[in-house]
Parts: sequence; C-alpha cells; structure tokens
Amino acid sequence: MTATARHERRADVDDVLEAARQGRQPKPPLRPARIVLHVFLVTMALAWLLPIGTAVYNSFRFYESDTQVNGPFSLPDSLTLENYRDAWRVGEMSKTFFNTAFIVLPSLFFILLLSSMVAFACTRYSWRFNITMLVLFTAGNLMPQQVLFQPLFQIFKRVPWPDILSDTNTGNLLGTKIAVILIHIAFQVGFCTFVLANYMKTIPTEISEAAAVDGASVPVQFFRIILPLTKPALAALATLEFTWLYNDFFWGAVLLNQGDQRPITSSIAVLNGQYASDFNLIAAASIMIALPTLIVYLLLQKQFISGLTLGASKG
Amino acid sequence: MTIPIDANEMTAAPERGRRRRRSRFDSDKAWLALMVGVPAFLHIVLVWIPALFTVGLSFTEWDNLAPLTDIRLVGFQNYWYIFTVFEADLFGALFNNFILIFWLTFCSAIGMLFAYLLDKNIRGSRIYQSIYYFPVVLSLAVVGFIWKSTMFSRDRGLLNVVWPGEPIDFVGDGTKIFAFDLPFLDPQLGLSRNFAALLIAMAWRHIGYIMVMYLAGLKAVDISLREAAAIDGCNEWQAFRHVIFPSLKPINVVVVVITVIEALRAYDIIAALNEPRGTEVMGTLVTRSLLGEGGGRVGFGSAYGVVLLLLCLGFIIWYVINHYRETDA
Repeated sequence: MTATARHERRADVDDVLEAARQGRQPKPPLRPARIVLHVFLVTMALAWLLPIGTAVYNSFRFYESDTQVNGPFSLPDSLTLENYRDAWRVGEMSKTFFNTAFIVLPSLFFILLLSSMVAFACTRYSWRFNITMLVLFTAGNLMPQQVLFQPLFQIFKRVPWPDILSDTNTGNLLGTKIAVILIHIAFQVGFCTFVLANYMKTIPTEISEAAAVDGASVPVQFFRIILPLTKPALAALATLEFTWLYNDFFWGAVLLNQGDQRPITSSIAVLNGQYASDFNLIAAASIMIALPTLIVYLLLQKQFISGLTLGASKG
Repeated sequence: MTIPIDANEMTAAPERGRRRRRSRFDSDKAWLALMVGVPAFLHIVLVWIPALFTVGLSFTEWDNLAPLTDIRLVGFQNYWYIFTVFEADLFGALFNNFILIFWLTFCSAIGMLFAYLLDKNIRGSRIYQSIYYFPVVLSLAVVGFIWKSTMFSRDRGLLNVVWPGEPIDFVGDGTKIFAFDLPFLDPQLGLSRNFAALLIAMAWRHIGYIMVMYLAGLKAVDISLREAAAIDGCNEWQAFRHVIFPSLKPINVVVVVITVIEALRAYDIIAALNEPRGTEVMGTLVTRSLLGEGGGRVGFGSAYGVVLLLLCLGFIIWYVINHYRETDA
C-alpha cells in the first residue's frame, strides 16, 4: 500500500468515525451490490406478505362460486362480508373474545406484579438463595407445557371453588377460567422474572442505598423507587406477554373442555371442524383472531421488539 | 434531603431507636419473604411439582378417572412398552422433532442473514423489518389456518403452484418425501409431505423472530471493532466470521435455546390442523395419549412426557449454567 492510498483509507475511516460521532451512519453510495440487495429484500418481503395478503383478499370472496372456480388471484365476481359474519356466528366469537379478555387481562396484571416483586427481591437484596430462586424461575419457564397438565388436572380437581364464582357446577377449579389464569401466571412469571431481573441489575445500587439512608422501607423502595425506574421494561413485557397470552392455544384447549368457556384461539379449531373445506371462511376467522395482536404490534412495535431483546441481553 | 431520623435516634433515644430499627428490619424481612414467597409458591406448585408428578406417574398404571388409590406401581413397564410395542409412535414423533431442530436452526441462520443485511444502513430498513417480523405476533394456530386456507389446499393452494408433480393436499397427505431404515429400529423414519409443508409455515414465523434478536445484537457490536477489521484489510466474510460473529456470543446462546426449545415444544400448529398422520411430534403425542381414549393411558403418556422433559432439560441446564455463571460469578 502506498502512502497516499493509506492516507485515503484513513480519510475514509475518519468520515465514518465523524458520522458515528454525530449519531448518524454514513450514507451508502448506490452501488450495483446495493441494488441486488434491495431486489432480494423486496422479493422476500413480497413472499412474506403473500400468505396473509391472499388470505385477506380471499376472505372477502365467496369460496365455492368464486375462488375455487377462478383462482385466488383472479378479479372477484363480487365482494362479500358473509365469511366474516358466518365465522363470527359459528365460532361464537363474541363469547370467545370475552373469554380471552377475561383470562388475559388479570393474568397480565398479576404476572407483571409478581415477577417484578421477585426480581426486585432477588436483585436488589442479597440473601442466601436469591440466585437459586432466579434459576428456578428461568428454568421453569422453559419446561414443556405438555408434561405438566395431567398432574395439574388432579391438583385443580382437588381445589374447592364455589360455583358462584365460575360458570361450572363441579365445586372445584377444574374447567374454570380461573384455573387457566393461575397456570398462565405461574408459567409466565418465569420469563418475566428473568427479564426484569436482568433489567433491575442495571439500576445503580447507590439509588437504593440513598433511599435506605432516608429510611425507605422495602415496600417504599419497591413501589416508589424501583418500579417507576422499571417502567420501560414493564411496558415492553406487557406488550409481549399480551400477545403470548392472547395466542395461547394449549392451556385453553386442554383445561377448558367445556365449549362455552373457550378462548378465541380455540374457536378456530371448532370452525375448522365444521367448515373444513370453506377456505375463505377459515381465512376470515384467522384474520379476525389475528387482528388484535396485529393492531397492538403496529401501535407498539418498539415495545414489542425491546421486550424480546431485553430477555436476550444480559444486565 | 437530610437524615433527621437517624440523628434523633442517635442522640435523644438510643434505646428506643435501636428497637424501632430492629422492628423495621423485621418488617422488611417479612415484606421480602412475602414478595418472593407468593410467586414462588405458585410457580413451584403449578410448574415444578406437576413435572415431578409426571415423572412419578410414568412408573405407574392408572386410569385417570379412577380414584388415586387405584394407582399401581409398574416400574419401567411403560418405558418398555413405548420403546418396543409403540416404537413407531415414539420414534416417528422424535424424528419429526429432530427434523424441526435442524430446520429451525437453518431458519435461524437465515434470520441472522436478514439481520446482517438490514443492519447495513439501507433505505427502508424499518419497513422491511416490520414485514419480516409481523408473523411473530400471530398465534401458531392461526398461522396454521392462514397457510391452510391459502397455501396448502389441493385445488387452489399456492404451494401447488411451485410443487412440480400432481397437485396434492398438503394438510392431509402423509406420503413420505424420503424415508430410511435404521438397523436397530423396526419402523421406517422419514419426512412426510404434510410435515414438510408445516415446516415452511413455521419458517415464516421463526425467521423474523430470530432476525429481531440479531438486529439488537448487531446494533450493540462496538463500531471500533468493525473499524479495526476494515483497517486490517478483512474482507466482508472475514470480518463477519472472525470479528462480528464471535462478539454476538450472548445472542447466539439465546438463539440456540429459543430454537431448540421451540422445536422440542412444538405443539400449536400441529394440534390446530389436527392431522396426526405424518405430523406427530412429542408435544402432540404426549397430549393425545393423556387425553385420548377415555384417559386410560396416563402411564404411557407420562412416559412419553418424561422423554420430552429429559430432552428439554438438557438444554435448560446448559443455558441456565451459561447465563448465571457469567453474570453472577
């Protein structure tokens, strides 16, 4: 390398460093490689949108008289909302949406409350088994759910529960939505504790020390000082957990064997049983079920993504 | 802020102050015990104890409608049965899980590639990200039905557009794409068409998930590392292979765990489409044996469950050790 070449190289690097210092990245020149890259990315994006795009389009068409005859990409004979109406009615979606809300919202509240308490106690105070506790929660969250449910049946069957507080008439927790809420809380507390512990470790200890000198008791430390500082992580987790709980398919199907208790995700399995070959109706149902999480995603994309990546980064 | 309380205690009433401080110390301890105790109780009673019970039940014979006193210990009989008489079920499901592990690992690599490309400061990066990522917010059951309604059907499914042979029903067709015999195993192992179709639907969701993890990781890579690599004259591949990839180690560990655990716990999409022929995995096998046929096979189902649990536990332990050793040692 000649001296001038090395000098040019340095200038190039200086440009980059200068740009980085100013908080922007250097503008890329539009080279052929860039164009290939964009073509690749656009093709992939179209491929990604293909299944859902086709589903949305055809959900507004009749299946037997239109899509099946003319193909999914043809111009429609006529557009219709009938698929949505039928799916809503047959899938009993007003009821199952309510069931899902009844399960998801309390679960979400208690998951965040309980896991932030554990994370607080395990990271802001040092005691004998605090790491053991965190390990227990982290590992528990990674267990396969299918291995748990048979003994859970037996446990819930033996916990008395007044019928007035549920829609069942068995006198125990089995088959009630409360049982699903409980297992959601127990299971998801694992993941949230893990994430929140990573987050709370990064809050400087001096803050707690200063508060302790000022005479702040444990509840004051928790509710007044640490919890407000944890807000970004809580918002991210709330978004993420909302979609996870909403999307749960296993516990709702296994623990709520009575049809009218079921959450929204299992209503589509019912539809599939009755209208296995009316693909446009199934598409309409899928889209209605996907809509709440898609809306949350579009509105709170940042929270959503930071919720996932918070779990990956170490505090 | 000043600290008048302590000052008062020190001078005016040392006796009372110590007592008061003592009692606050006790109440703090009570608070902490409560804050850990309630969640830990729920978690242990509803997650760990059921897991242990399942291990116990796998050594018994019991019809779950009968009272608990009817449980009979049978030793390793259930395991003997599932590894001999029902080996076609067990190894068929296990093989599908192993295919899933390999497939999702491959998808993770693609996710990493997407992240790497999107990290190049290109125009419209956010839009691409949002598009690749959105399937992650959908339930896998819903993903299954979206793909069923548009991609899999015999008449109008889009997969049949690219499929070279006769149009086939990708939900129901359990014909093997490839199959092979192992010398010590009776049943043939192989990949059926409908499971292969499901693999594509799962890739749709998995790639975006992994992409987001790596995007966050790549943003955190120290810019001076990249500069150093450029100054040393690394080409792009060398820089990635020797500089960027090693610095992504924490993300790599998380991605391996997510990928393997997702592959082992796979359940929703398969159970939702409910086509056990050819698509059975451990998750659905356990559930079907425990729920099906009058609930008479708790022992078998639990034994299947223990096989699944052991596979998962290996990775769980590896991950937990990895995480907590490095942060807290």
